[in-house]
Amino acid sequence: MSNAPLQLQNICKNYGALRVTDDVSLNIEAGELHAIIGPNGAGKTTLIHQISGHAQSDSGRIIFDGQDVSRLPMAERARMGLVRSFQITSILPRFSALENVAIAVQARSGSSFSFLGNASKEPALNDTAMTLLSRFGLAARAGVPAGQMSHGEKRQLEIAIALAAKPKLLLLDEPLAGTSHDESQRLINTLQELRKELPIVLIEHDMDAVFALADRVSVLVYGRIIASGSPQSIRDNAEVRAAYLGEEAA
Amino acid sequence: MNNLVDLDTPASPALATPPRASRAYVLPLIVFAIFALVPLSALWGSQSFILALVTRIMILALAAMSLDLLIGYGAMISFGHAAYVGLGAYSVAILASHGITDGFIQLAVALGVSLIFALFTGAISLRTKGVYFIMITLAFGQMLFFLGTSLAAYGGDDGLTLASRSMFFGSKFLKNDVAMYYVAFGVLLGAYLLLRAIVASRFGRVLRGIRENPVRMEAIGFAPYRYQLTAYVIAGMIAGVSGFLLANQTEFVSPAYTAWQRSGDLIFVLVLGGLGSLHGAIIGAAVFSLLADILSHYTENWALIFGPILILVVLYARGGITGLFGSKL
Repeated sequence: MSNAPLQLQNICKNYGALRVTDDVSLNIEAGELHAIIGPNGAGKTTLIHQISGHAQSDSGRIIFDGQDVSRLPMAERARMGLVRSFQITSILPRFSALENVAIAVQARSGSSFSFLGNASKEPALNDTAMTLLSRFGLAARAGVPAGQMSHGEKRQLEIAIALAAKPKLLLLDEPLAGTSHDESQRLINTLQELRKELPIVLIEHDMDAVFALADRVSVLVYGRIIASGSPQSIRDNAEVRAAYLGEEAA
Repeated sequence: MNNLVDLDTPASPALATPPRASRAYVLPLIVFAIFALVPLSALWGSQSFILALVTRIMILALAAMSLDLLIGYGAMISFGHAAYVGLGAYSVAILASHGITDGFIQLAVALGVSLIFALFTGAISLRTKGVYFIMITLAFGQMLFFLGTSLAAYGGDDGLTLASRSMFFGSKFLKNDVAMYYVAFGVLLGAYLLLRAIVASRFGRVLRGIRENPVRMEAIGFAPYRYQLTAYVIAGMIAGVSGFLLANQTEFVSPAYTAWQRSGDLIFVLVLGGLGSLHGAIIGAAVFSLLADILSHYTENWALIFGPILILVVLYARGGITGLFGSKL
C-alpha cells in the first residue's frame, strides 16, 4: 500500500455519452510538484474538479491523507487540506483583497457559527492574511476590492487565498492563464517557493513553466494518462511528442 | 452577480478612514431619532392616526429588514416571507381566542412556529437555486395562505378579531397606543442592532461571501447550505416577531397577511429603500407606506403608480433611496 498523500485509483467521469476522464490512476508523492499537461479538451480541468470534489467521480477512488474522500463534498475535502485554485479566476469581487484572504484563514481557525463580534476586526485573522498578502507582493493592495485588481494580481491573490486555507496539498488549475510575461515570471517564482513547502498538482499550458517547475509530468490525452515520468523522459517520449508536444512545434 | 445589492463590505482596517466609518452611522441614527420623536406629534393633535401609521411602518420595516438578511446579504430571493408574518400574527390570535393572552407565551409560540416552519421549508427550498428557489418559497407561502383560509374555527377567509392585545406581567399596558408604539420601536431597534452585528460577524461574513461566490467559498471549506439555512431561520423568526406586533397593533389577523402580494410588498420595500444595508429596509418601509397612504387619498388605483416608481428606481437608482445618499452611508 502506497503512502502517497494523494492517490487516484481508476477514476472516471462521463458527461452524457462523453467520457471525459478515463480510468485515471496516479499517485502524488510527498514533496513533489506534479504537472499534468495535455491538449485542450483532454479532461485536465475535469480531473481537478474530481480531485477537489467540485465534480463527483462516476467510478474509482480518491485517497487523500490516508482517507477515502471519493464521496465527500468539496468543502469537506478543503477542510482536510485538499485545496484548489480555479482556471477562471474565482475571488469574492466586492471583498477587499485582505478580506478575501482573511475569510479563508477564518475557515480554518475556530467556528464560523459566531454571530457577534466584528470579523473584519479580528487581529488574528487579519495578521495572518496580511502576512500572506505581503508574501505575494500585495500588501499595498490589501484594501482594494478584489474585483478591481489587475488580472495578474488576482491570480496571485487566488493562490494566497488557497494557502490561507491551510492546504496539505495544492491543486492549481492553470495559475498562469492570461498573465503577461512579467506576471507569469512572478508567479513562477512564487511556485518555486511553494513547492518546497507542500506537494502541488499543477495544470499548465505554459511548457517552459512546466519543465522549469515539475518533478514529474503526466500527459493526459482524451481523458487517459498516456505517459508519466520525469520532465526529460516526457520530452523524449515519442507518443507524447506525437499527441501533444508535436502539435505545438508544428 | 447581483447588481441590486449595495456595496456593504465593511471597509478593511487599511481602508477605514475615521470620517467615513462614522458617517455610516448617520443615516440610521437620523431614522431612529425621527421614530423616537414621532409620538411628540401629539402636541399638534391627530396623534392616534399618526401613531398607528408609524407603528405599522416600523412593523413592516422589521419584516423587510429580516428579508434583507436573505436577499441583500445572502442572495436568497425568498418570495414567501410574508408567511412568517402570518405565523406570528396567528400565534397571537389563536392563543388569545383560547384565552391565553400572556405576551411571553404568545411570543414564544410565534418564535417557535416560525423556527420550525423556516427550518422545514428552508431545508427543502435551499436545495434549489435561482428562479426555482423563488418559486418554491412562493409555493410554501401560498400553502400557508390556503391553510389560513381553511381554518374555519379561526375565521377562515374573514380572519379573526383579537379580544384584547397581549398582556405582559399581567398588565394590559399594550392597550395604550403610545406603549404599543414604543414596544414596536424597541423591537425594531433591537432587531436592527442584532442584524448589524450578525452581518459583520464571522457568520455574516461567510453569508456575504456565499452571496459573492458560492463555489469560491466551498473551495476554502465552507458548505453554503448550513449557513444559508441558519440565516433563513433567523430571518423567519424575526419576521414572526413582526407578525406578533402586527396582530397586536391591528387587533385582527387574516390569511391576507400571508398572501404572495404581501411577500411582493416586502421585496418592493427592499428595492425601494436599498438592498443590503438594513436601514434601507426601514426607509423603504416608510416611503412605501406614506406613498400608499397619500396616493390612496387621490385614487383607488394607487398601486398603478407604484409600478412605474419601482421601474424608475431599478433603472436609475440601483441602490434604492439609501444608494442616493452614497453607498457608504
